[in-house]
Amino acid sequence: MKILVCIKQVPDMEAKFKIDGAGTWYARTDLAWRMNEYDEYAVEQAIQLKEQEQEADITVLCIGGEQVKETIKKALAMGCDRAVHVAMEAVSSLEPLQIAGIIAEFARDQGFALIFTGMQSQDRGSGQVGLLVAEFLTLPAVSTVVEFAYEAGMATVRRELEGGTRACVKVATPAVITCQLGLNSPRYPTLPNIMKAKKKELRTIPAGELLKVAPRQETAKLFFPEKRGGGEVLEGEIGELADRVIQILKEKTTVLS
Amino acid sequence: MKSLLIAESRQGKVLGGSYELMAFAGELASDTVMFLVGSKEALPAYGGRLYLADAAEVGDYNPEAHRELILQVIAEENPEMVLFCHSSYGWDLAPRVASALGAAQVSEVVALRDGMPVVPVCNGKLRRQVQVATTRRVFTLQAGAFSPSAEPSGTPEVIKMAAPAPGRVEFCGYEQAAVGGVDLGKASVVVSAGRGIGKPENVKMVAELARALGGEYGASRPVVDAEWVEHNRQVGTTGQSVAPKLYVACGISGAIQHLAGMKKSEFIVAINTDRDAPIGEIADLLVVADLKQFVPLLTAKLQAR
Ligand SMILES: Cc1cc2nc3c(=O)[nH]c(=O)nc-3n(C[C@H](O)[C@H](O)[C@H](O)COP(=O)(O)OP(=O)(O)OC[C@H]3O[C@@H](n4cnc5c(N)ncnc54)[C@H](O)[C@@H]3O)c2cc1C
Repeated sequence: MKILVCIKQVPDMEAKFKIDGAGTWYARTDLAWRMNEYDEYAVEQAIQLKEQEQEADITVLCIGGEQVKETIKKALAMGCDRAVHVAMEAVSSLEPLQIAGIIAEFARDQGFALIFTGMQSQDRGSGQVGLLVAEFLTLPAVSTVVEFAYEAGMATVRRELEGGTRACVKVATPAVITCQLGLNSPRYPTLPNIMKAKKKELRTIPAGELLKVAPRQETAKLFFPEKRGGGEVLEGEIGELADRVIQILKEKTTVLS
Repeated sequence: MKSLLIAESRQGKVLGGSYELMAFAGELASDTVMFLVGSKEALPAYGGRLYLADAAEVGDYNPEAHRELILQVIAEENPEMVLFCHSSYGWDLAPRVASALGAAQVSEVVALRDGMPVVPVCNGKLRRQVQVATTRRVFTLQAGAFSPSAEPSGTPEVIKMAAPAPGRVEFCGYEQAAVGGVDLGKASVVVSAGRGIGKPENVKMVAELARALGGEYGASRPVVDAEWVEHNRQVGTTGQSVAPKLYVACGISGAIQHLAGMKKSEFIVAINTDRDAPIGEIADLLVVADLKQFVPLLTAKLQAR
């Protein structure tokens, strides 16, 4: 059984973002980079499936510049068997359709029984890529999965809906699954596994070989949201801050009376 | 311009987001037609033409069949724009439809600027204005971003649609999360722990602050996913919605799905080390501090009163 996991490298969301020179994306300097949170669940689910189906082989795929290799190595250290780095520096200029096109072009005719992606990325957040990969490959897809079980060519999953409701869904493989937060508990790579990962196959393919899809949209402008105003910001020594907060709660709310 | 509004129904009820699609089309002065997989017993309050397939035959979740029906309506009506809610139903279906149409899809539209859709980036810290290159376009709209200005009304002219062949994804039924335990909705003060608490031991300091303020403690989703706090204390779209007199967010960044569950609170205090955290956009008071020092100190001062 062959499994494909698609991951993205994103900045830590606590960073102080700046707009880049072209005004269409965030500047890539002074950021800490990590694996997209949703994709960590995708990687973990693939590995759990391999623990169940011993003969399974997991390929992890990531599109981006040289620096995404760090994130690829993490996925290998978590337990993926081999990696494909689709090399492209200006990856943020691609729209979701093109990202999905690259992945589909790579995956076509490779016989992946399951393709796992995160349900969305933390930076761009379009939530389209996994579903579009399925469309390109004419595979069935289920998005927003919070529970996953597999047996004999059939995946039984739970989709998360609003307000604590879940939908139980069955789909025969091959299929695409997009993973939602909480699907499992992503493992931390252990030191021996980090060492082992260094010997695993990491193939680089130039994005140009796989990019066949033209964009249908582009970013006109990236900007900061207007501050809503009204809110007060308190900074300083914490003892004084606490006194100030209590004073404000007394003035503005009824909870301390 | 003409827009096709993809309304939503679950378990026989039309969902409120459907009316937000009308509000958005209204802002663009677009003509509309509507599509719904639902029930003729529960029609949306809509005065236009409604293409209706029976949920009892098609299923609430049957994406390939729903796509097929939507494509039939599009062939009939030829709309330039197809609008979905950015919901578990809409974000699952929209890419399938956009792909079949060869249309651009823009996800989670929050506003229009110079006639172009604007979407959030990086957990709401940034906004992106998008230029669409195709004539036909598919948008999903963020919940709550476009509100109907008046109470929706009207009775639709219904065009019944026959159920297409079932798709490859089989829907087997709903499960409701176990309810019971705490009802955060009743508390006058809710103090919530976010991922910024760092470790499970720190839930206690948040719970103690809640007690000192005479309220209950809640949590953001990562804290619940990590099983540091039970699910029935989760605040947000996939948890509970609360509107207490005072909401205190400790180490919570302010993602839209969290805000949806607490932004109606009367007074909001956020405690965060990041001065630019999006929670600051809706907080009445943002305390820039490390919660691990600040929360116990505030609790002690409240107890000493
Ligand atoms: C379909 C869907 C549904 C969702 N439903 C929900 C939902 O119902 N509820 C929900 O909460 N989320 C939900 N989410 C997840 C949501 O998008 C965010 O990922 C989540 O709310 C983030 O939680 P957080 O703010 O606790 O963590 P983070 O976003 O990681 O934020 C942590 C914050 O803590 C601050 N911090 C760190 N250390 C400290 C410190 N020492 N002192 C003070 N501050 C500190 C940081 O600056 C940061 O702002 C959903 C997501 C999706 C896609």
